[in-house]
Amino acid sequence: MRLSGYGRVDRTQSVPFRFDGRMLTGHPGDTLASALIANGVRLVGRSFKYHRPRGILTAGSEEPNALVEIGEGAGRVPNVRATVQEVHEGLVAHSQNRWPSLERDLLAVNDLAAPFLGAGFYYKTFMWPAAFWERVYEPAIRRAAGLGSFTREADPHRHEKAFASCDLLVIGAGAAGLMAALAAGEAGADVILAEEGAEPGGRLLAEAEEVGGRPAQDWAAATLARLGAMPNVRVMPRTAVTGAHDGGTYGALERVSEHLAHPAPECPRDCFWRIDARVAVLAAGALERPVAFPDNDRPGVMMASAVRAYLHRWGVVPGARIALFAAGDDARRTARDLAAAGVQIAAVIDPRADAPAPEGIDAPYFAGGQVVGTSGRQGLTAIRVRAGGRVRRIAADVLAMSGGWSPTVHLACHMGGRPVWDEALGAFLPPREGARGAVPGLIPAGAAAGVFDTAGCLASGLAAAGEALSRLGLRAPRIEVPEAEDDPGRSVPLFRVSGKGRAWLDFQNDVTVKDVELSAREGFVSVEHMKRYTTQGMAPDQGKTSNVVALAVLAEATGQTIPETGTTTFRPPYVPVPLGTIAAGAQGKGFAPERFTTSHDASAARGAPMIEAGLWYRPSYFPARGETTWREACAREVAMVREAVGVADVSTLGKIEFRGPDTGAFLDLVYTSRFSTLKPGRARYGIMLREDGHVMDDGTTARLSDDIWVMTTTTAAAGQVMAHLEMVQQCHAPGMATRFTSTTDGWAQFAVAGPRAPDLLAQVLDGGHDAGSFPFMACAAVTVAGVAGRLFRISFSGEHAYEIAVPARHGAALWRLLCAYAEGLGGGPYGMEALNVLRIEKGFPTHAELHGRTTAFDLGLQNMLSPRKDFIGKAAATRPGLLDPGRERLVGLRPVDKAGRLLAGAHLFKRGAKAIRVNDQGYLTSACHSPTLGHDIALGFVSAGPERMGERLSMVDHLRGVTTEVEICSPVFLDPDGARARS
Amino acid sequence: MRLDCPLCGPRDLREFTPRGAAVHARRPEGETWSEAWHHHLHLRDNPAGRSEELWYHGSGCTAWLIVERDTATHEVFSVRLAAEGGA
Ligand SMILES: [Zn+2]
Repeated sequence: MRLSGYGRVDRTQSVPFRFDGRMLTGHPGDTLASALIANGVRLVGRSFKYHRPRGILTAGSEEPNALVEIGEGAGRVPNVRATVQEVHEGLVAHSQNRWPSLERDLLAVNDLAAPFLGAGFYYKTFMWPAAFWERVYEPAIRRAAGLGSFTREADPHRHEKAFASCDLLVIGAGAAGLMAALAAGEAGADVILAEEGAEPGGRLLAEAEEVGGRPAQDWAAATLARLGAMPNVRVMPRTAVTGAHDGGTYGALERVSEHLAHPAPECPRDCFWRIDARVAVLAAGALERPVAFPDNDRPGVMMASAVRAYLHRWGVVPGARIALFAAGDDARRTARDLAAAGVQIAAVIDPRADAPAPEGIDAPYFAGGQVVGTSGRQGLTAIRVRAGGRVRRIAADVLAMSGGWSPTVHLACHMGGRPVWDEALGAFLPPREGARGAVPGLIPAGAAAGVFDTAGCLASGLAAAGEALSRLGLRAPRIEVPEAEDDPGRSVPLFRVSGKGRAWLDFQNDVTVKDVELSAREGFVSVEHMKRYTTQGMAPDQGKTSNVVALAVLAEATGQTIPETGTTTFRPPYVPVPLGTIAAGAQGKGFAPERFTTSHDASAARGAPMIEAGLWYRPSYFPARGETTWREACAREVAMVREAVGVADVSTLGKIEFRGPDTGAFLDLVYTSRFSTLKPGRARYGIMLREDGHVMDDGTTARLSDDIWVMTTTTAAAGQVMAHLEMVQQCHAPGMATRFTSTTDGWAQFAVAGPRAPDLLAQVLDGGHDAGSFPFMACAAVTVAGVAGRLFRISFSGEHAYEIAVPARHGAALWRLLCAYAEGLGGGPYGMEALNVLRIEKGFPTHAELHGRTTAFDLGLQNMLSPRKDFIGKAAATRPGLLDPGRERLVGLRPVDKAGRLLAGAHLFKRGAKAIRVNDQGYLTSACHSPTLGHDIALGFVSAGPERMGERLSMVDHLRGVTTEVEICSPVFLDPDGARARS
Repeated sequence: MRLDCPLCGPRDLREFTPRGAAVHARRPEGETWSEAWHHHLHLRDNPAGRSEELWYHGSGCTAWLIVERDTATHEVFSVRLAAEGGA
């Protein structure tokens, strides 16, 4: 019911929304919970395990009961707290965990079976037979239990992530947080004030109090206006700080557009923030604790502070006859404020025998009384009160309860710290700074620090800001603490009431007092074991309303004090964060960057399918008219290179450019062979090792002039090699005068390969080309159509070949030119498939062979290990075990029957031997069909392979079910003396 | 977690790559296999507490850094350039 004269919602506008198909209306400023209360809706969900009817318990993000599904279709979001979701036009919400309807939920029979469904029920009952668990028990349990359900469709929402840094992060914008932000803002600090709710103000919006001589709500609004005028203060409403992490990093979830009826299409639903703060003030307030009394989970039983919040902030009351059950003076404000608003108070029950009767409230008062039961099928109709030795029934449709307050210490404990029990306060406080696991630089203030009166919170916020400012080296401004309520009242913690019937602790996971007692009886006396045995605190709300009460019950059951019993571990996130938000930006194409060569568009225009090579996209083959398979295209492209000329984009290879007089000496250190003797105008092939003696990468390095050296690396290892070179120079050779930088993206580089390659170059190079004066492994600066470029005579195909490089901005043009000239000479472009066949035919290794476990010796390159100088990996490479002739070493393999298939990844066995691990002779690393030879060929590693030429082995591919008889041969299938490349 | 790179200032953890114990940066003498090489390559302390590590500022200035930190609390005590004798 809505009360006039109360609340902050905008009553001039109506907002239509749907709940379980019913059209209802709210006002701007309403949460779904306040709007449902305004519409008289009490039953909002069914509980997790017993399918008990449940209503709204709280007014904040700690809500355990009122979980709903928002939206429809693929965009449906389950487990949204009605107390957090704001209403907007067109909002569609559905209750959860009921079938067929909220009022007639067939699974409510679980509640009748409750005696059998206690803690540990699943563990005990479904143990045997084991095979039944997966097939029968688990699916059935999953259907019956659980919260919201997934759509199983792709998430259509836009999510975002963002980063921020500040001097001071203030977590929570209640009295303490506003005061802290105000002081720090005045002092000139960069401040972020993060407030979980839609409107900053905290309890100031929820109480009938005065601050500085005016209504608390007005003081909050005026303070916000002042903060809004400060350019150094950023107020972030709807932003829950979710975690405190190393080095002053905080996670925060901002609800960006969940509250909007028509968000702009580019507007994300939510945003996950990483905030780097030099200092932080934890002003997150406190959570009121429910009392565990029999049948305390009926719709209509609510937190006393929530009832006040609904009255003052939203102008709604959840019933017409409201009773109060609390052991603290502060909760009496609920009865006082409701009575002032004209709501009938059914009774005030205070378990403190000596508590005086509340003043000015015309209602029965029970000092030393307790609520021992409730009734009402789908909502509260009456409570049972035990007082003065007798039990009486009192009609009430709402029971406001308060067991005391628990400071919101969660974030202060996220790095492993344990909260500290304060006996006088009856509450856990944040660990002191400097204590083991305490979050460095996080200063608690206000209710989060155990200060429960408004004046105290304001002063505490100011003091925390002063402390923060002194750490930041800033002077605290002179600010007076405004006058406010300064009496927190007397209270004693009230955890449970004994009596017949189930008393709920964890409303969200359906855990009762009995479950915790059973856990203790069965030996699960540690709080961590109790939690796992009963599942208390393991629902999405992480036990915000139940942890301390459950702990108190466990302490009582084990005869220990609360601090002796200890607490469970607090872990981020403080509120649930959708996985889609954590993954923001990483879906689809956002998963990894894409790198494109300058020839990409031209290749795509020719219909070349692209394959991924690391982050690069490279053309697989260039289909020609009439070709129906990739193998046809590949065979044509291989023949084209072997017989005429082919061009391929090899820009993806890593290029690192060196300058400096010690470059030669540095290369001697990183390569196994000598490079300092390389003459200008020449290139050399080299391998580099890791320090453990295994091959890291191979490639050529060219010396273009006295002082310009260009190294090429494989595409796969470009980043690794760059980091390695930096490490070698900075750690092992800081005195060497050489510097280098990656120029991979700066140059477009194309292979021109085949017997007609010199003819093509003669056409494309300014001033022509004379192959006779440009021998194999030569390099030079050239000009191509007036553009300064570089020419290398190197070959990865075994043919007479070049690589020609121009600045990347000219790459696309040169590619078109090269393709046109090549086609004029009977050739054309070739892709990765052909490139791979060409190199396997020549036995050139790639990272299929340089896979991290092979040595130079394994590759037959031991002659490249220079005995006359040191190099990275030298000591390790000469270990006897790495030079053992019995090691698996590189060989070629061909099928005995020409039609036999060879497959990379297959293993080799002696003929007739069982194809099992102990008989393994080696494996294939690269395999292809050689159009030049007319049969399959492969490279692989075979034990003592080079000593077994001609031996026949059995190739077995268990995965694909292929067995082929093969013969060991040289890894160089074509032109073994390299005459073609040198021609 | 942030590291205070001597060249770049305090930067986010994701710009850096840890590369194990700082021992890796201190190459033993000698071109033949020895006990010292064995220790250098294979034997590592694994302290729960103060440790000295090698980090690479790959998404920043590409400096290799010697980072003293506590593996249990993630507290960072010092960050030095390996190239300036930090190693
Ligand atoms: Zn740096």
